[in-house]
Amino acid sequence: MLNYLWAGMILLGIVVAAFTGNIPEVTQAALESARTAVNLCITLLGIIAMWTGLMAIAEKSGLVAGLAKRMTPLLSFLFPELPRGGRAMEYISTNFMANILGLGWAATPAGIKAMQEMQKLCPDKTRASNSMCMFMIINMSSLQLVTVNVIAFRAQYGSANPSEIIAPGILVTIATTIIAVIFAKVCERRADSA
Amino acid sequence: MRVLLYISDFIIPAMFVCIILYGLMNRVKVFDHFVEGARDGFTTVLNIMPTIIGLLVAVGVMRASGALDLLVWLAEPFARRLDFPEETLPLVLTRLISSSAATGLLIDIFENHGPDSFIGRFVSVMMSSTETVFYTMSVYFMAVKVTKTRYTLAGALFANFVGVAAALMLTRQLYS
Repeated sequence: MLNYLWAGMILLGIVVAAFTGNIPEVTQAALESARTAVNLCITLLGIIAMWTGLMAIAEKSGLVAGLAKRMTPLLSFLFPELPRGGRAMEYISTNFMANILGLGWAATPAGIKAMQEMQKLCPDKTRASNSMCMFMIINMSSLQLVTVNVIAFRAQYGSANPSEIIAPGILVTIATTIIAVIFAKVCERRADSA
Repeated sequence: MRVLLYISDFIIPAMFVCIILYGLMNRVKVFDHFVEGARDGFTTVLNIMPTIIGLLVAVGVMRASGALDLLVWLAEPFARRLDFPEETLPLVLTRLISSSAATGLLIDIFENHGPDSFIGRFVSVMMSSTETVFYTMSVYFMAVKVTKTRYTLAGALFANFVGVAAALMLTRQLYS
């Protein structure tokens, strides 16, 4: 997907440039953007390293696992088909907690394991179960509370208050997650009664 | 509504306090783990650096050639009817496909409009509350070889649509 998107962006750009006569600017922009990218990554290095450092403390001290465990009552409402305290639940809670804290690299492996556990309980191996749909929709509704990258970029481009968008971001994230749950529950009911 | 902005200022310091205190209470070597985790983050950024370079070059080419303006111009009549800032439409759509390509466009918006402009704030909130739907779906479903995904895509797109609309409304409420 990204291969086509990337090629498309560059080719479209050059074709348009040929018509608009912006070819010299394109060369300039390509070189300039590569340089900007490195500058940005240097800012990112500092901020992301600080964040992952902090989160490593949360992980090693058992805070992440503790918070994940507290989600059990909520999870049994969301995933009534799954056995309480089973492996699937465990992976789902780890995935959700990692997503909430913005630990993308920890979220994906746990998420894939959660899907594999749900697959074991699924009668039809090619068709997504209700739990899988619920899990995926919640995952894609965005759970992350603090988007450090965005804050880092805002800081790099001279925002007076880079972190001012955190609370509005959290509010919208909560809203989309609630909407996602309602949507999945409604579809579940419909599918079950059909 | 102003409360939201105060909360924003306190979240990061509050997380520092909670996490470090919890670590100390559990007799964890907080600084050692911090350094270890920071090293992981460092490598993560180094790993995505080539991707960011590639995509920023692509966005740069689109911007300089006028192709980005062309896309915005195409989207304009549609966006205007919905009272939607048309400059952000390429970003909103790319966000569904690729997080790193979206980062390229986000940076382009910060560079051209500033992070504290209305558009800059809107995309900041929007990026915080949407997800790369197509990528995530293919990774997870491919891992278990499920092909019939039922209402998953519809639900994910709907949640993201609500996220974009809510981000726009909230930014209007807060900053204008």
